Amino acid sequence: MAAPAFTHWPAWARMKALVIKELLAILRDKKGRITLVAPPILQLVLFSYASTLAVENADIVYLDRDGGAATAELVQRIQGSPNFRSVTRVSSEKAIEKAIDEQDAIAGIYFPQGFSADLKAGHPAPLQIVYDGRRSNASQIVSSYLGQITTSLNMSLNAARQDKGMTTPSEIIATNAFNPNLEYLWFVLPSLIAMISAITTLSVTAQSVARERELGTFDQLMVTPLRVHEILIGKSIPPFLVGLLNSTIFIVAAVFVFDVPLQGSLILLFGAIIFYLLSVIGVGLFISSLSTTQQQAFLGTFIFITPAVLLSGYASPIDNVPYWLERIALANPIRHFIVIVQGVFLKAMPLIEVLANTVPLIIISIFTLSAAAWLFRHRME
Amino acid sequence: MASALSSRRLRALFTKEMLQVLRDPSTILIAVFLPIMLVFLFGYGVSLDTSVVRLGLIQQSSGSASRSLAASYANSPYFDVTQSNDKEALFADLTAGRIRGIVTIASDFDRRYAASGKTAQIEIVTDGSNPSTANFVSAYAQGVHAQWLASQSAEGKQTQSGGIQVMPQFWYNTALTSRNFLVPGSFAVILTMIGSLLTALVVAREWERGTMEALIATPVTIPEFIITKMTPYFILGLIAATICTLMAVFIFDVPFRGSILALYILYAAFLMPALGQGLLISAALRNQFVASQVALLTAFLPAFLLSGLIFEISSMPRWIQAITYAVPARYLIPPLQSLFLTGNVWPLLLPNIAILLGFGSLFFVLIFRVTRKSLD
Repeated sequence: MAAPAFTHWPAWARMKALVIKELLAILRDKKGRITLVAPPILQLVLFSYASTLAVENADIVYLDRDGGAATAELVQRIQGSPNFRSVTRVSSEKAIEKAIDEQDAIAGIYFPQGFSADLKAGHPAPLQIVYDGRRSNASQIVSSYLGQITTSLNMSLNAARQDKGMTTPSEIIATNAFNPNLEYLWFVLPSLIAMISAITTLSVTAQSVARERELGTFDQLMVTPLRVHEILIGKSIPPFLVGLLNSTIFIVAAVFVFDVPLQGSLILLFGAIIFYLLSVIGVGLFISSLSTTQQQAFLGTFIFITPAVLLSGYASPIDNVPYWLERIALANPIRHFIVIVQGVFLKAMPLIEVLANTVPLIIISIFTLSAAAWLFRHRME
Repeated sequence: MASALSSRRLRALFTKEMLQVLRDPSTILIAVFLPIMLVFLFGYGVSLDTSVVRLGLIQQSSGSASRSLAASYANSPYFDVTQSNDKEALFADLTAGRIRGIVTIASDFDRRYAASGKTAQIEIVTDGSNPSTANFVSAYAQGVHAQWLASQSAEGKQTQSGGIQVMPQFWYNTALTSRNFLVPGSFAVILTMIGSLLTALVVAREWERGTMEALIATPVTIPEFIITKMTPYFILGLIAATICTLMAVFIFDVPFRGSILALYILYAAFLMPALGQGLLISAALRNQFVASQVALLTAFLPAFLLSGLIFEISSMPRWIQAITYAVPARYLIPPLQSLFLTGNVWPLLLPNIAILLGFGSLFFVLIFRVTRKSLD
């Protein structure tokens, strides 16, 4: 017999052959294998250590026109705080301006004449602090640190002056649920699982079809007995496995390397991951159905992933986004999945809430996968 | 032996490269469409400004003090308050992320508040899964409480004047609009994208297809080759920078206080290392997929994460701070933000421009070596 009876193979056997071919195509080349594993891990390390919204090592300058005890006390308290690196005394207003303009300091404090005397007498003692508004976010954080320091100094001055005679009538006791010490890494790592596995899965999906189209082997694939949906399923399984492997590595790293507590159910998490990966693969196939070269596929991936990451709630809270943009961002799979990973990791999120955030993923998958299938069929015939 | 630079060859090559860039629709896409999209995203999509946060409120005491305190929370412009007495339902909302914090005024609040020598307690639970929002909620909840206390004492309860009264001033961005520094900062990401990503991708394709070898087989010298490959992308980069600047000033109302000449010198200085890196990646790797991934990882992501655009460099661990010194965007962002918000701060501008040009020269030496080696 000359030709194998390929046409008479059952559908599953044809697809198995295709999946093996696809896996070989991804894993055969050494450069390709490295790009599948090294960048995700590098990104995980880099992102998790670089993302911090705390401000440490802030530099402060001050001008002392007072020379009293309270000024010395406040300066000493600022120096003692771990958030500040240097507290430098300067001799003129000009020097404060220069330090801020040239970004040698983030804030400058003016202690006016009579500051200590006013405080001692129980009079209001104004204290002017200027910040570098170009770095408005860091400035605000530094401003809240300085606020805490002056408040605690005020309280101890009051206590000393009034011989503990009076108590504050009410006070606030603040606690943080799910993350008592507000560890920033606990927030970052679950978000990274969502983002990095999406980036890898999406580029593998989009590139694998585009590469074959650029080389012309996709047309050869189309003349085999494989049906369009079989080709698409065959093309989806390898990126699915890559995504699954990536997210498993990240989950293990988050728990065992970075000590993020996993409070919820792994089964729920992996259940959601399946639909998450499907929705991302759907986007990838959709992009590749529109691109005929690798370059176009890369650009398509880039055009999708940049807004998807920026509007995911990671870089800044999604609540801060204008309403119309927030509605558009509902179509963003990363945004929904981040809620699930953070919820399962930190909040032991119950089934019903996980489902509520998985349904959008299912809708996105159905929509993108069928749009891609439709486009492939119509562009091919 | 031909001379290193010939004006006839330069002109011919330049025309060829210009035509090639203009005929490729994806370069126009990257140089015009992507910058517009990114500026819009940074202008509208990324905001570190404080906005309204949804808050749950449990009021278990019904005296006048707790009623007026609850009203203070409900009327605060920073909070969108849902009042309920169902603790469990509110906690479920907190778990689902529908609210970001719960304020509880306990049943003994009024009694303890009125009694002398006792302190009434208000309990706040924040959603710690997002630390920045959690910080915001507790800081503003404290603020509302402090204001309420002050208004109560003004009505004749305890009087406590005196103490340090901090008067903060935020220079150059008085209203603390995060857009004012994010939008100019995002130009670093956009110019890196055009300089490194586009160049790496397009030039790697030429190596992949072998047209580069064909070019090198002609009498063209390596300096001529580098100059003419770079010039069209340099022009595209300046066009994109112009689009971004105009959008920042006219759409997002970011002030511009420096000189336009200094701005363009800065853009040009930054494009040197950005283009150099892209050319180097493509000449060294010669494979589109790998070049694009490497450009993404070594140029685009660092410009985004390790440049001080979103995350403060001084707060990062030391070994990451050391890496940031090799990220060209780090030297662009502070002088760029200053040109927009402060003016011509020469002590910031000049050293940074010098460092950028130094990086550029380093990359060109490396490209020269990599390309020459490939000819053997």
